[in-house]
Amino acid sequence: MAVATSSPAGKAGRKRVLPGFGLSLGITLAWLGVIVLIPLAGLFVKAGGLGLQGLWEIWTQPRVLSALKLSFGTAFTAAAFNAVMGTLVAWVFVRYRFPGKRIFDAMIDLPFALPTAVAGIALTALYGPSGWIGQWLEKAGIKVAYTSLGIVVALVFVGLPFVVRVVQPVLAEVERELEEAAATLGASRWHTVSRVVLPALWPAVLAGFGLAFARGVGEYGSVIFIAGNLPGLTEIAPLLITFRLDEYDYASATAIALAMLLLSLAVLLVINTLQARLSRRGG
Amino acid sequence: MGDAITAVIAMPRQELRAPASTVQNGMASAITEPRWVQVVLIVLALGFLLGFLLMPLLLVFVEALRAGLPTFLSAITEADTLSAIRLTLLVTVIVVPLNLVFGVAAAWAVSKHEFPGKRLLVSLIDLPFAVSPVVAGLVFVLIFGAQGWAWPLIDEGWHFALPGLGEYTLQLPKVIFAVPGIVLATLFVTFPFIARELMPLMEQQGSDEELAALSLGASGWQTFWRVTLPNIRWALLYGVLLCSARAMGEFGAVSVVSGHIRGRTNTLPLHVEVLYNDISGSYSAAFAVASLLALSALVTLVLKAYLEWRHSDSLAANRRH
Repeated sequence: MAVATSSPAGKAGRKRVLPGFGLSLGITLAWLGVIVLIPLAGLFVKAGGLGLQGLWEIWTQPRVLSALKLSFGTAFTAAAFNAVMGTLVAWVFVRYRFPGKRIFDAMIDLPFALPTAVAGIALTALYGPSGWIGQWLEKAGIKVAYTSLGIVVALVFVGLPFVVRVVQPVLAEVERELEEAAATLGASRWHTVSRVVLPALWPAVLAGFGLAFARGVGEYGSVIFIAGNLPGLTEIAPLLITFRLDEYDYASATAIALAMLLLSLAVLLVINTLQARLSRRGG
Repeated sequence: MGDAITAVIAMPRQELRAPASTVQNGMASAITEPRWVQVVLIVLALGFLLGFLLMPLLLVFVEALRAGLPTFLSAITEADTLSAIRLTLLVTVIVVPLNLVFGVAAAWAVSKHEFPGKRLLVSLIDLPFAVSPVVAGLVFVLIFGAQGWAWPLIDEGWHFALPGLGEYTLQLPKVIFAVPGIVLATLFVTFPFIARELMPLMEQQGSDEELAALSLGASGWQTFWRVTLPNIRWALLYGVLLCSARAMGEFGAVSVVSGHIRGRTNTLPLHVEVLYNDISGSYSAAFAVASLLALSALVTLVLKAYLEWRHSDSLAANRRH
């Protein structure tokens, strides 16, 4: 959810003429410090106490490695799937007319509103071996619940609105004149879409992908019910953290949390850079 | 006769439409897809939404009522469920106003003023989005848990003596496996929600109206209450809605700090998990409690859609559709 921190209008008249700057910034910084920054700094201090060697030892344990790989791998797969399907959904909502569109459009935000635990048990029941959808998939030889595919299903659920809601407004803004121009110049419809419309959408799709991915990596509530949670196979990193905490092994929990944090920030940084480059190229 | 009239009316229309539609189609097909492609894409998109959004939601209600209404009612009026509802509401009532004050302050500072480090501040406000809820719970365990830095303050308290006034002990309440921990973890997770809604809107609105009020002699607070607040009230409500939904539904962060003590530190989502994992066959009880949360999610969606439809001018541009 990238926010425009500068708008062209009214910038000149805004040089601290409005009162309350000190008070509002004070409240912001104090609250940010107490709730977010100091607690997170505590994590880094605790991790620093383990030393590089200690951290490395924990990170290279097979169970930790496979949990991290699983969390990032499934989050990547689900975000990629959402990037495609979310763009399709946004496309259909913006460009076509069909009955029930309003209701479907409002439903997109369901994953924001529905508690993850509820989503978790519902998806497990739905895609389980005797579920409404699961039984048919079972007959086709596809197992979803209690496999890594189930994790992807849960992450698709939680990540979907991110892509749709980021792509939708951008798609609505795309100038139809450009498409008309391309068509007038003899481009086929497919050519127009792939060469004119999609390039304008890429930054938004990528932003949605990044948000869905970041959410998916850390997701816990919707995943743990459907995942099966077998160590080394279907055990996600956040779940491993809670196991370590239950064993009072704070060092391992901290080390895994730090790895997750650093890896997600690195991925988000790459996505942001890519996105900035794409939007610059797109004009 | 009726047929004849229809035929008469239909005839010229058909004839009229034929040439017109070729012209229209010629224009339209250049910037849209053939009807069959549209139908395929619509079916694909709606099928996807059906399998991933609608069916899970429907299933919650079906499973909740499967064992019959009496079972459903007894599940949601059971003492543990009621205390989970109370705790969830308590946490929400504490968390949302705090984030409201923070969100307004942050948006005022960021969107009405220029200062160095503004971009960094905005990224830091967003930071909780990039942190796993489990990690959000973990950081508070590291501070307030039995091995944490603040544990001595909780366990024994801080003894100090004031000259002439006697000895005092400053002792923190229990945080982890208690309500304060749940509140802190929820605050962390919902931190950016309201600020996020307000910042883009207040950015768009600029400060012209506030400057006008000030130049006419209004005080700073008057300007805020009479000018700024009315301008942002719908966006504020929108943010409160999203923030409350998340506060009521938060699971991962709360799960780490709560300890799952039935009747005491179980929030509603945690209670769903406890019932679901209970071997004594409370599967439908879990769905009964879950259906309460699903119902509140539906109410949230309806209110949200209403705000987007009725007050779209007063929401940030990315919320208007």
